[in-house]
Amino acid sequence: MNAGDPMVYAGAVGLILIGLFTVITRRNLIKIIIGLTLLDGGVNLLLVAVGYIQGRTAPIITPAHPDTARMVDPIPQALVLTAIVIGLGVTALGLGLAIRVYGHYNTLDTRKIRGLKW
Amino acid sequence: MRAFIGFVALSLIAVGLALALYHIPFGQDRMDVARDYLARSVRDTGAPNVVTGIVVNYRALDTLGEVTVLFSASLGVGMLMTWRSPGGGRPLPGASLIVRRGAGFLFPFILLFGGYIFVHGHLTPGGGFQGGAVIASAFLLLYLGIPGYLLARRPLAAIESLTGITFVAIGIIGLAVGGYFLNNFLPKGSVFSLFSAGVIPILYMVIGLKVGAELAGVVANMIGGGEE
Repeated sequence: MNAGDPMVYAGAVGLILIGLFTVITRRNLIKIIIGLTLLDGGVNLLLVAVGYIQGRTAPIITPAHPDTARMVDPIPQALVLTAIVIGLGVTALGLGLAIRVYGHYNTLDTRKIRGLKW
Repeated sequence: MRAFIGFVALSLIAVGLALALYHIPFGQDRMDVARDYLARSVRDTGAPNVVTGIVVNYRALDTLGEVTVLFSASLGVGMLMTWRSPGGGRPLPGASLIVRRGAGFLFPFILLFGGYIFVHGHLTPGGGFQGGAVIASAFLLLYLGIPGYLLARRPLAAIESLTGITFVAIGIIGLAVGGYFLNNFLPKGSVFSLFSAGVIPILYMVIGLKVGAELAGVVANMIGGGEE
């Protein structure tokens, strides 16, 4: 194990934390959605990093590399493929809602939107 | 105050994640089910791309669910955006000559590239979702490049519905022929050739067209306008 390896986890966790911090503290709806996207990216990165195995290749068999014992874990990659698409759907729907909220209240500030207080 | 609460909550989450990840050393072999998938993928599914084998064959039902989620999101965006009050949206500023000409020139090549990605999804990195996203980006480029461009909604809706029905129909044929839903009932062919892996390329083409139509629809709804 190399000394820099925990940095991969640290980067992914860092993205998750930045995203969560943005969602908790920001008051602009667009910024909250950006935070959600960051959170999404961090989680995906973490999942792929957990499935990585040192020194192995992508789980695609080619005539030049037919040895399946030298490939990384394909299941997190299949999971993340799904998660990216779902994340995209969430972002699109969130932005659509934000546009509607802006059309109704003329603001994106969550403090000024009645019924969204916490 | 809010920042302080956020900071405390994030510290707790950070400590929890660090404690959990401490027991998962980076880059080590922890495969269990995956080893089986890797060893059997080509024999079971005919797809050398093991991720594709998992997504479109072993766990194809989950992929049907995923496509449904994307459809719901696209539907939601469509419903939200068509209720917009009239005169709400500002027209896009006109693009420069380079963007206009470049968009028209690149459009067919981007479509071709997207098609290539999803047709070869069982052989090379890529697949239906990636190819569909590339195709949708071609339509986004048209929206950005050509002022007043409007995507025809009817063909888009037709492609989306037909591909969705085809996906389920392939699954039901598999149920009738082989005894379980989304069974890979076509011959596997020879590995590494384009016409191989049974229903996987067909399913990925269907997914690619569906995702492309849905994402292009999302782009069209976000930018606004349209005949309806």
